[in-house]
Amino acid sequence: MVEKAEVILGENEQYVINMGPQHPSTHGVLRFELSLKGEIVDKVVPHCGYIHRGIEKMCEANTYQQIIHLTDRMDYLSAHPNNEAVSLLVEKALGIEVPERVKVIRTMLSELGRLGSHQLWWAAFGMDLGALTTFFYGLRDREKILDIFEESFGSRLLHSYICPGGLMNDIHPNFKTRVKELIPYLRKKLPEYDQLLTGNVIFTERSKNIGIMTKEDAISYGITGPSGRGSGFACDVRKAEPYSAYDRVDFKEILMTEGDTFARYQVRILEMYESIKILEQLVDQIPDGDYTVKMKPIIKLPEGEYYQRVETARGELGVYAVSTGEKFPDRMRFRTPNFSNLFIIDKLARGHKIADLVAISGSLDLVIPDIDR
Amino acid sequence: MNAFFNYFSEIGRGVKTLLKGMQITNGYFFKPREIVTQKYPENRATLKMFDQFKGEVIMPHDDNNQHRCTGCGICENNCPNGSIQILTKKETNAEGKAVRIVDKHIYHLSMCTFCGLCIKTCPSDAITWGQTFEHAVFDRSKLTKVLNKPGSTIKKEVKG
Ligand code: SF4
Ligand code: SF4
Repeated sequence: MVEKAEVILGENEQYVINMGPQHPSTHGVLRFELSLKGEIVDKVVPHCGYIHRGIEKMCEANTYQQIIHLTDRMDYLSAHPNNEAVSLLVEKALGIEVPERVKVIRTMLSELGRLGSHQLWWAAFGMDLGALTTFFYGLRDREKILDIFEESFGSRLLHSYICPGGLMNDIHPNFKTRVKELIPYLRKKLPEYDQLLTGNVIFTERSKNIGIMTKEDAISYGITGPSGRGSGFACDVRKAEPYSAYDRVDFKEILMTEGDTFARYQVRILEMYESIKILEQLVDQIPDGDYTVKMKPIIKLPEGEYYQRVETARGELGVYAVSTGEKFPDRMRFRTPNFSNLFIIDKLARGHKIADLVAISGSLDLVIPDIDR
Repeated sequence: MNAFFNYFSEIGRGVKTLLKGMQITNGYFFKPREIVTQKYPENRATLKMFDQFKGEVIMPHDDNNQHRCTGCGICENNCPNGSIQILTKKETNAEGKAVRIVDKHIYHLSMCTFCGLCIKTCPSDAITWGQTFEHAVFDRSKLTKVLNKPGSTIKKEVKG
């Protein structure tokens, strides 16, 4: 008698499904083409370009002042560092030294932005892994930072505030007191994040030993920012090539060696404390003076190639500009952190379950408009 | 026996961390003073935006229906996306000289990216930020506005 073999449909077959472009856990229009064996991920092919706006090409028809507002729209959660990158590039090319006041304020804004960005990431990351409560708590604290932004320059997300030569307008008189209120407030609230999520058994089970990235991988894929530092890759531009006021503040570059999802999570949590430390050192030392140097109405960079890098909340942003001496750049290129960070996802997710893919992509903290530009 | 013990200690650990997290949520449940949300549509009457808030570009007029815009077109040149159009006309002033004044300062709110370059570069501080933010309309053409009011004139002290 022939034994009837039990056939499970698709048991050893590979099949392909699409995750996205409209998927709540990709936080934007990104499509993953997943090859699956059962529930195990065999291959991930990211497809980007759904929100491509041609910012680099648009820059070629905009003056250097106008480019600022385009860079807001790349990584919208790090609008200040993005603005700062272009401004620093223009200042470097023209050999302009900005006043101390501008430097200190720029640094503080970058750190406030980093705090807000990490809080939003924490909120959304908890939600990706099924802890909806974190979303409300993260956004509640981020609101305090957005209030500071809104009071000083009128917008909560796309600031266009740092411009070549300084700042668009002076900070609000309340800025200092508000930051001073914020520091103890966050000192009190950040331990709640740990209590709520970090120690949670479901969360640790889902993040420890998931998506391990070695230091070699991080370097060869060009992973920067907290994702790279979770693998022990010291890539902080603020330390390596200090710009603005980073050379006079004391802070630690957080490094972890595990390289898993949990390590990347912890790097960001600890970075928030470091950002508070930087703010604390600078808040009483905002020098008086001008908020901008006088710039010509039309900026023309001397002929040549320029490069400037800054550290955004997600990694290293590089701006490369070629000038032919005209008022428009001949070529503008942005090396955005998320574009590099995205493509390691195939390597990290292989062999894990689909649910872990959500945890991994969440821990890379991707902002999709920054990938597509 | 060991596996049995592990199984229950795992459950115990799970419950413990769960309760630890719920300490916070419960704490806030009984502390309504810490609620930070605003009841937005109901509090419209008392809601005040920050002075700098970028709601839209407006042109302030004084009681005599006078503004400060000379119609120079610098804001139009500086706008990165063509949200501003300046239409000018010729007029003879009190001294009998032909001068160019602004006819219509057209502002397309639907295209504005709130970069603030027009306001920053205006040489006579004629435009500024308005605090309104409820811009939703059913027809896009309603978002094209003429900023100088009909019949308005330029203030005396502003030099063209
Ligand atoms: S608003 Fe200002 S910049 Fe624009 S046309 Fe009038 S005066 Fe010139
Ligand atoms: S704020 Fe910017 S986009 Fe809007 S009208 Fe002024 S220059 Fe144009």
